[in-house]
Amino acid sequence: MARYLLGRALSLIFVLFVVSVITFALMHTVPGGPFDEGKQRLPEAAKANIMRKYGLDQPIWKQYLNYMWNALHFDFGIPYQVPTETVASLIAKTWAITFQVGLMTVTLAFSLGITFGMVAAYRRGSWVDTGVTFFATLGTTLPNFVIALWLILGFAYGLKLLPSGGWSEPENWLIPGVFSKDWILPVLAYALAPMALVARYTRASMVDALQSDYVRTARAKGLRDRTIMVRHVLKNAAIPMVTALGPIIPDLITGSIFIEAMFRIPGLGKYFVTSTFNRDYPMIMALMLLIAMLWGITYILTDLAYVALDPRVRLGGKMR
Amino acid sequence: MTTTPILDPEAAAAERLLRKPRTLWSDALRRFVHNRLAMGGLVLVLFFIILAIFADLLAPYRYDKADFSKVLQFPFVDPQHPLGTDEVGRDFLSRLIYGARTSLTVGLAVQLIAFSIGIPLGAAAGYRGGAVDFVITRIIDVMTAFPGLLFAIFLITVWGGGLEKVIVVLGMTSWIGVTRLTRAQFLTLREKEFVGAARAIGATEGRIIFRHILPNALTPLLVALSFGIPAAIFAEASLSFLGIGVNDPLPSWGKMVGVSSAYIRVYWHVGLFPTILIALTMLGFSFVGDGVRDALDPQLNL
Repeated sequence: MARYLLGRALSLIFVLFVVSVITFALMHTVPGGPFDEGKQRLPEAAKANIMRKYGLDQPIWKQYLNYMWNALHFDFGIPYQVPTETVASLIAKTWAITFQVGLMTVTLAFSLGITFGMVAAYRRGSWVDTGVTFFATLGTTLPNFVIALWLILGFAYGLKLLPSGGWSEPENWLIPGVFSKDWILPVLAYALAPMALVARYTRASMVDALQSDYVRTARAKGLRDRTIMVRHVLKNAAIPMVTALGPIIPDLITGSIFIEAMFRIPGLGKYFVTSTFNRDYPMIMALMLLIAMLWGITYILTDLAYVALDPRVRLGGKMR
Repeated sequence: MTTTPILDPEAAAAERLLRKPRTLWSDALRRFVHNRLAMGGLVLVLFFIILAIFADLLAPYRYDKADFSKVLQFPFVDPQHPLGTDEVGRDFLSRLIYGARTSLTVGLAVQLIAFSIGIPLGAAAGYRGGAVDFVITRIIDVMTAFPGLLFAIFLITVWGGGLEKVIVVLGMTSWIGVTRLTRAQFLTLREKEFVGAARAIGATEGRIIFRHILPNALTPLLVALSFGIPAAIFAEASLSFLGIGVNDPLPSWGKMVGVSSAYIRVYWHVGLFPTILIALTMLGFSFVGDGVRDALDPQLNL
């Protein structure tokens, strides 16, 4: 187990290295730079000064080594778009918000998705099943900004129940420090698609498990339906679900540009677009490394969950 | 005891011969027509295609005709602009109709690129194997590692937006699935007896690939196409929503939604109408796609 984890950690470091090289090479081969003049021309000396300040006058391999050396010391540089911050502080500040939305979305999507999927599998062909299929189709086919717009029109402007967007400070929350009305619509709009996915997977793997011999045995023993569903069916159905659904979590916690734009959430999302547009090299590098890191960690966690759920699985070792 | 009438075996055989032969396609068509959801989807898709093709006849105005004296009119007020006007006074109904044309153009063109890259590459990788397969598979691996949306944003920041650029950029990311699918099909089919037989009678490689293997791989490719078109429409709407897709004055439903968020507090129609059209189109294509898949491959149970 320890050896397996060490191996995975090493391969994660290798992936991070490859991602950093490719991203660095790509962004520097692209024409245009962060300090290209628009209409107003800068004096040569001033431009040379700026380039020297950010180390952009050095050869590319040296720039890369410098960046990586600093990154190893948790210094990710200064974002060209917001020179008053550091990349680390900007990401920490904006990602905190994105992460919060993502975490609530994951919680909602998985709790409701699994519940709906279970009910749909248990009562196949009932109205619950039809409803779950209908919402699953909506959730997986519609762009989330379409759903976001309908929620805004319905609940913010139509019923005037909830704010249409924005992100208020904790002291202005509905229950200060605990809960804000601002969260409801974005999380709903964001959660519908993953919830649909979770419900569909849950239903499919539960239907499989329900037809298995051990369920018949459990019924024959006289166990109650609820015990069978939770202790036998869900536990076995969870194994394929972990593999299929684990990887949607890093996607959700890095946020959606669309949701953040629709609800004016000051999160990380917009920097994916603006950093590329402004050739904000330090910011692009940091974002790509962050995503690659989250993916790697998720895969390791997925494997570990596999071991926890299925005693037959052994990581790294040989089959006995 | 009743005796069952004994059928004349020869007459039965004759009747079987006279009956119209049932082919894969006629069977599939029958199954598709009996699928209510798929037919409903087909109606939506046909509506969308008619809007796109006959936009010039159906739209009361050109999509770029602005009237600055009638900016952001509400719908159902002015009979000259039944669905109101947008932020520079362009007739909203006309822009919605022309938006269908933008979507359909992107959907078809992107799939054309995807299939004309994906089928040859996938066929080469699957049929030849070896070094060719190794190189193509590695390219696919690298392309899959990059998040699709980020890759598209990256390319568009380099090349700039616009309809043609959007099509090329989306085409560059969407051939991967087609290649992988074609490769998998060729890998299984090249081991089949009929391919061996064709080889034994001395058919050329090109003939084996195009006349023997490709027609047998057509069914999954057709299913991929029916899901690929809405995926491309979805992607175009997303890019345009972010403001890096189709350029003004060309209308795009996604762009209309993106722009609307500034006005939606009062002018609800600029957001609501394009989202309804996006939703109907996406649902229509998705029902048709499901229907095509079920009709062509009834054993496939997804």
